[in-house]
Amino acid sequence: MAAITVRQAISDAMREEMERDEDVFILGEEVGVWGGTFAVTRGFYDQFGPERVMDTPIAESAIIGAAIGAAMTGLRPIAELMTINFAFSAMDHIVNEAPKLHYMFGGQFKVPMVIRAPGGGGRQLGATHSQTPDAIFAHFPGLKVVAPGTPADHKGLLKAAIRSDDPVLFIEHATLYQWRGEVPDGDYVVPIGKSKVQRPGTDVTLVSYSRGLQLSMQAADELAKQGISAEVVDLRTLRPLDMDPIIESFKKTNRAVVVEEGWKSYGVGSEVVSRIYEEAFDYADAPVKRVAQKEVPLPYNQKLEQLAMPQVADVIQAVKEVL
Amino acid sequence: MNKQELLEVYRQMVMIRRLEERAAELYQQGKIGGFLHLYIGQEAVSTGLVAARQPQDRMITAYRDHGVAINVGISAKEVIAELLGKATGVSKGKGGSMHMADTEKNFFGGHAIVGAHLPIASGMALGDKYKKKDTVTICMFGDGATNIGYFHEGVNLSKVWDLPVLWVCENNQYGMGTTVERASAVSEIRQKAEGYGIPNERVDGMDVLAVHEATEKALKHIRAGKGPYFLEIMTYRYRGHSMGDPERYRDADEIKQWQESDPIGVFHAYLIENKKATKKALDEIEAQVEAEVEEAVEFAENSPDPAPEELFRDIYVEEN
Ligand SMILES: Cc1ncc(C[n+]2csc(CCOP(=O)(O)OP(=O)(O)O)c2C)c(N)n1
Ligand SMILES: [Mg+2]
Repeated sequence: MAAITVRQAISDAMREEMERDEDVFILGEEVGVWGGTFAVTRGFYDQFGPERVMDTPIAESAIIGAAIGAAMTGLRPIAELMTINFAFSAMDHIVNEAPKLHYMFGGQFKVPMVIRAPGGGGRQLGATHSQTPDAIFAHFPGLKVVAPGTPADHKGLLKAAIRSDDPVLFIEHATLYQWRGEVPDGDYVVPIGKSKVQRPGTDVTLVSYSRGLQLSMQAADELAKQGISAEVVDLRTLRPLDMDPIIESFKKTNRAVVVEEGWKSYGVGSEVVSRIYEEAFDYADAPVKRVAQKEVPLPYNQKLEQLAMPQVADVIQAVKEVL
Repeated sequence: MNKQELLEVYRQMVMIRRLEERAAELYQQGKIGGFLHLYIGQEAVSTGLVAARQPQDRMITAYRDHGVAINVGISAKEVIAELLGKATGVSKGKGGSMHMADTEKNFFGGHAIVGAHLPIASGMALGDKYKKKDTVTICMFGDGATNIGYFHEGVNLSKVWDLPVLWVCENNQYGMGTTVERASAVSEIRQKAEGYGIPNERVDGMDVLAVHEATEKALKHIRAGKGPYFLEIMTYRYRGHSMGDPERYRDADEIKQWQESDPIGVFHAYLIENKKATKKALDEIEAQVEAEVEEAVEFAENSPDPAPEELFRDIYVEEN
């Protein structure tokens, strides 16, 4: 096992899959000559050539649409959106074509494609470039939505996404690329649709994913110093959502806080909390809390932006409120 | 343009360049965050356009917007304060480099989603046509933006409804690291306008007078009620796409070659050769600009951050 960054984990997953299967190829803006704006595909253009690492025009609906079409002919495209904020330019193809084709035509078409899209705030990019709109994509049946936190899960879930016969939106977080952690050697694949306990505990359940996972792990460290044992459950996949480890944990701790970076209203936390109440209402010793982004478009000024975004301190405070 | 107007054009171009050189330093010092897209090399484009517009004409552009901001008369103080995210910035520190606007000066932003402001420009022109105003919307965008659907939808609509829009493609040869040839089916971008039946022209964007002249001609056509016009202005950005661009896609020689026809250098030579200004007068302008930029930096650094309450202000017009 080697400790590598999230960036390296994503890069390794794609390289290994492209070496294994020549139907896998990459298309997107600046993925080739530039090496990816987040340097995730650095070296790919030289290794695989322009036929398999395709720089596209700035045309998101063409990128996703062409990926769908190529997938329908049997290829396995990995379409990169420079950031998830540009997914809105391709919304029809992401939510109204890719997830519908298999079902609507009675199972005739397969759309084995991956859309990689980094998102998130905290980099002072202003309102249009800082969003965490994960929840809205998770609304659509037929689309799988994966949003890992740890380097190992980035690698294993991306491999699973590339091998999946269904369209998968693979959401990354631009501030997690440097996060370093152990990744098992070899052909490491993590199944889509399985939540996981990332840190065992007994007093409170922290439910989270992506950057929220990092906040939750840091909060759990702090809480441990104060004698509070938090169990951290990582959703990893938003659709299909696996509630089992969460319900199991909640039945043990009877208290939970859901941590996400997106807006609270109609968010991932809204879904998780409802499901906890539907499936384990009798086990609740306190109302479940949500920690999320304030209901504002993110501003440029750094202090204001941080004020709007969920912080480790907010998680700790929410835990104290449910205890 | 008379002598005074020519000197004002010179001052604006020097201001854009000096302000941005200073902004690059402030970025390196960590005082500016996020993206910073510099306009250096392209100053003649926005300067020529704005010099030819009537004050009521509306400007709208993409995220590479510091040039227009200066041209329409936003002070260096307000621009730099915005870059530093201060309450005194032109967008109260909430927009940053990519999102500057000043409605009083008929500057409608600063838009960071590539191509998304083109249909918006058509809508602004629709508003003016609806109210029978003598106003043209001047919409600027990059070569790369002409490949996204928004471009085609907005431009087509402008012709279908014969809207008073001047479309201005700043062809600086690259969308990030991708050359026009690698991304566009036609390398002469004005041909796209031709396809929509819109009169069009290619213009030397390193020559502010050529830009000015072409703009005057285009605005005359639009003001006569003949519908939209399209300019493809050939230019070049000297700096990276934004700060931190590794620039693996081009070599230093190419940049040097373009710098030989530097818009400020070319115009400086024109002013002297044609006895429009003395070297001394131009030196004085440069010194004034330098002082104004320094003063603006000091102003911005001493300005307060927006108050925490500002976070929740301006989400809706009608606040409860
Ligand atoms: C819809 C969308 N896709 C991608 C981006 C990322 N992006 C920002 S600028 C840019 C290049 C634009 O090139 P061009 O239109 O030529 O303008 P220039 O930067 O050269 O001024 C890209 C791809 C974006 N902001 N919006
Ligand atoms: Mg360009």
